[in-house]
Amino acid sequence: MAGLKTRKKQRLMVVSTALVVFVGAVALVLFALGGDSLSLFLQPSAVVEKNIQQGQRFRLGGLVKDGSFEKQADGLTYKFVVTDCVADLPVSYRGILPDLFREGQGVVTEGRLDDSGVFVADTVLAKHDENYAAPGTMPKDAAACAHPTAEEAQTP
Amino acid sequence: MHKFANPAKFNRLADIILPWIIGLTVLAFASGLYYALWDSPADYQQGESVRMMYVHVPAAWSSMFIYLFIAVASFVALIWRHPLALLAGKAAAPIGATFTALALITGSLWGKPMWGTYWQWDGRMTSVLVMFFLYLGYIALWEAMEDDEKAGRAASILALVGVVNLPIIKFSVEWWNTLHQSASVMRMDGPAMPTEMLKPLLILGIAYQLYFAVVVLWRMKLEINQRKIDVMRRIAMSDEG
Repeated sequence: MAGLKTRKKQRLMVVSTALVVFVGAVALVLFALGGDSLSLFLQPSAVVEKNIQQGQRFRLGGLVKDGSFEKQADGLTYKFVVTDCVADLPVSYRGILPDLFREGQGVVTEGRLDDSGVFVADTVLAKHDENYAAPGTMPKDAAACAHPTAEEAQTP
Repeated sequence: MHKFANPAKFNRLADIILPWIIGLTVLAFASGLYYALWDSPADYQQGESVRMMYVHVPAAWSSMFIYLFIAVASFVALIWRHPLALLAGKAAAPIGATFTALALITGSLWGKPMWGTYWQWDGRMTSVLVMFFLYLGYIALWEAMEDDEKAGRAASILALVGVVNLPIIKFSVEWWNTLHQSASVMRMDGPAMPTEMLKPLLILGIAYQLYFAVVVLWRMKLEINQRKIDVMRRIAMSDEG
């Protein structure tokens, strides 16, 4: 009986150690890869920080800045500003916008920067946030940019 | 614990529990679906499409809960060689795989009108797809080997390795920029959802788990009876020979 007990204890040790080591290894790999390479899109401040060159294709995401949306005279081209409350980036897009596209709501776009620093997108996806509310009511948390932190407020 | 390792006792216990949880499952689905489809508001942004959430979110919760269930069962099976634990994992896997597929499909159908795309390779969607493949791998390993003991051990090791994916699924929307929204219910500042929406969601969440309990008990009984038949057949054959 004693032998059986030790074998169980041994198996418990081996399996637990293997699990802990494996989980640790995966955590380190994820940490080493870093947030940006595993993210679907870059936010405007990351675009500035990384100094992304024109012509390089990437996805840009953030909030559609309030009051920035304009429909061009041809009725098919749209201009708006994507912001992460720290940096802004103007976007131009020709195509059909998804139903949930709105000022103050999230958006993920794909395209390239042109020589004037405008992000020319060929795909625009709406990013729904985690807030749910009945029609005519407001969600518990207002839009992300409504309450800038002290640090953000200082950014000119 | 080995008191419950006796399959005959397990069968008797399951027969006592089953009628009760079947009744509860029917009740939970009936009231949950009533609130979800009739007695809850549309969303201020999504309109009626919000109702997809009542199918999608409980399916996603269940897919992760069942994975954890299989992982715990695998751990017990590997260390204590508990025969029923092995069967519990085997019985649960197809249910979990189905819920994962349901979450992926309903999410995709919601994504097209709301986001404008069926699929993006973002952290949440990709990690859930990985979990779906882990389920399929677990089921395939069980089928791949003649010897049930060996097959069960291989499948259990795979299930334990895949456990690392669970926190990745849960926190993918916080660690990385994803198209998928972050958590609305299980988050630090309380649910970002009015009570009228939270009620059907939570009731259906419970209904899905009850349904899982019913089906997993059925499937475990089936497995045990199948084994009994195999043993009897072998005895009958050796008697003839």
